[in-house]
Amino acid sequence: MTATKHTLVALVADQPGVLNRIASLFRRRGFNIESVTVGHSEVANYSRLTIVVDGSTTSVEQVRKQLDKVIDVVKVSDISSDNIVAREMALIKVKSGSASRGEIIEIADLFRASIVDVASESLTICVTGEEDKVDALIQLLRGFTIKEIARTGRVAMSRGEIGPLGAAGGATTAAEARRRGRNLKTKGVTNG
Amino acid sequence: MKLSGAQILCESLQKEGAEVIFGFPGGSVLPLYDVLPQYPKLRHILVRHEQGAAHAADGYARATGKVGVCVATSGPGATNLVTGIANACLDSVPVVAITGQVARPFIGKDAFQEVDITGITLPITKYNYQVHSAGKIAATIKEAFYLARTGRPGPILIDVPRDVFAEPADFQYPTEHVPPGYRPILQGHPTQIKKAAKLINEAKQPVILAGRGVQISGAYDELKALAETAQIPVITTLLGIGCFPGSHALSYGWAGMHGMAYANLAINDTDLLIAVGMRFDDRVTGNVNAFASKARVIHIDIDPAEIGKNVPVDVPIVGDIGTVLRALNKQVSSARHLEWLRQLDGWRGKYPNEVRDSSSLIPQYVVNQIYQATRGEAIIATGVGQNQMWAAQHYTFDKPNALVTSGGLGTMGFGLPAALGVKVGCPDRTVWCIDGDGSFQMTLHELATLVQDRIAVKIAILNNGYLGMVRQWQELFYKKNYVATPLSCPDFVKIAEAYCIPALRVEYREEVKPAIEQAMAHDGPFLIDFHVEPEENVYPMVAPGASLAEVMVAPERHHKKVSDSAKLPVSNI
Repeated sequence: MTATKHTLVALVADQPGVLNRIASLFRRRGFNIESVTVGHSEVANYSRLTIVVDGSTTSVEQVRKQLDKVIDVVKVSDISSDNIVAREMALIKVKSGSASRGEIIEIADLFRASIVDVASESLTICVTGEEDKVDALIQLLRGFTIKEIARTGRVAMSRGEIGPLGAAGGATTAAEARRRGRNLKTKGVTNG
Repeated sequence: MKLSGAQILCESLQKEGAEVIFGFPGGSVLPLYDVLPQYPKLRHILVRHEQGAAHAADGYARATGKVGVCVATSGPGATNLVTGIANACLDSVPVVAITGQVARPFIGKDAFQEVDITGITLPITKYNYQVHSAGKIAATIKEAFYLARTGRPGPILIDVPRDVFAEPADFQYPTEHVPPGYRPILQGHPTQIKKAAKLINEAKQPVILAGRGVQISGAYDELKALAETAQIPVITTLLGIGCFPGSHALSYGWAGMHGMAYANLAINDTDLLIAVGMRFDDRVTGNVNAFASKARVIHIDIDPAEIGKNVPVDVPIVGDIGTVLRALNKQVSSARHLEWLRQLDGWRGKYPNEVRDSSSLIPQYVVNQIYQATRGEAIIATGVGQNQMWAAQHYTFDKPNALVTSGGLGTMGFGLPAALGVKVGCPDRTVWCIDGDGSFQMTLHELATLVQDRIAVKIAILNNGYLGMVRQWQELFYKKNYVATPLSCPDFVKIAEAYCIPALRVEYREEVKPAIEQAMAHDGPFLIDFHVEPEENVYPMVAPGASLAEVMVAPERHHKKVSDSAKLPVSNI
């Protein structure tokens, strides 16, 4: 990822129209967004969004603050400077007869991608990784005529703290989730 | 206790202290209107167009500091509110708009008078709701009022399907309902406040630029204390007018496109700009790259997203203005800034904000006479355009929330309905609507509302037969190509009389004072149609795209830009 691309992660309430609010904000303020992904989070009724912003054309700080202003957004962080894990998934359908099938499978294996569908005239490959890896695989497969691509966009989170493993491990995740849920209500993050 | 959704809505409004609803009925809100007689403490003012309801709620909110409430039916009723909601949004005014919606089974079916009003108002509200069951109305109202008036205030829209109004549900008003993603920052960060105090104590030529945030926070005493302790000149934005007494020795007018020349020159030369509760609108900054270019900038505002949005800031402080200033004032040392104030006085002496001498009837004179007659104690609502600028320039406001004007959106037609809302909220105050002939014609049907609900607004039309501000731009920037600006007007006196409102036409200077006195003496609404000099321009003026230093003053006095002489050393002024 180049330095101008920023990854923002937002926890948002699952309300009707929340994606609309966020999309409308981006459109109205002319924010240049590379990708937005959304799905359920560890807290019930809250979703987590991963947003990739091109910092060379858009003020990332403005995106963060304006997002934070949306009432349904509980918390936004720019995790670009953190140590993060970021992944994207892509499904790639490649034209393939019996002659090229072996070669395509070999390439997929090199990328630790899996073949998820085999048909008489095509193969569908599922690849997971950082965008560069997905880009590279797609680039290689172009030689075989790509029929269809679907990419998810980036999901990301900060890596956990690393320390010696020991007795503290195995905290109950249910209790953890409850604690976080409470914090949402009592320590809602600021916005005005 | 089982109540209908409509009853729950009214009960909830009362719990929030609402006393007035500005509205217009229609099919989808009929169940609500049906129960209104059960709630005599909720006064309903019937406007003639829903835009008027939104502006009236806006004016009411600005003048009283309470949340204004307006109601419209679904479809066109709701879309007619849109301009008023956008107006409230840009000027951070707490308004709760309630719209009817088609019954739940019809939503999404393009039913009669169905419109996606939550979708339409999404970018112009602080938040909006569609309520899907009567049991959710109370919590929604609670949250809506809380959101509208806290933090950076703004309009909230609540869309209620017709069958939800009719649905019975248990009523229990929630004590607390705060969305988890919402907590305005009130306390300024101590480190930032310390940094700001240091800059203030070191500044040689500081200026305070105060905006509407001061009025919203009610931080008049705190602002005054800061200014007086360190002898810092105070300049306001258009919407900040009145947050610092206009006749105070440290008051140096307001800045921006039609602000006072001395205010603009002071901002151009300041070494420390203390921006308080304002958002660096392009109308106040002029060319933003040249704005306060010699200055460090302290920006105090409750909305973090305003920090650094338009102007780079050295010391940002996010928080409630009053709370931040109280903390800041403890660390600010007394100072005198004699030389700096002398320089400002020099500019003021050279480019005074005064009514020019003229034997003809000029609009500035009319405003000044209204100021004299009301002893500066009226609340003035304005239209948008030249009338607005003259009102802001030539009426001196010593009290807060006394100029009610459309700043951010610049909504022509705002004046009359806003004045109506102001008078309903402040029945004991004298309320004048200073309007232009163009602006007034956009919403003059609200004259009927004044009459039906006995609302004693005094109206002064500065009638120049043009869309004056647009004509001024055509004169200055489009070689006098007056396209679509000459305006044929009805006889406003006859119009007023048709509404049973007494009215006068004034064409000569000496008639002004007696006419205003007659209007003031009359117990009820009154209209004066002032036929003023048709091609009078508003000066000073900073041309669009120009810097504040390039402010133009009236050509009668000076034929060139001020900026050349502004560079003279202090001793020469």
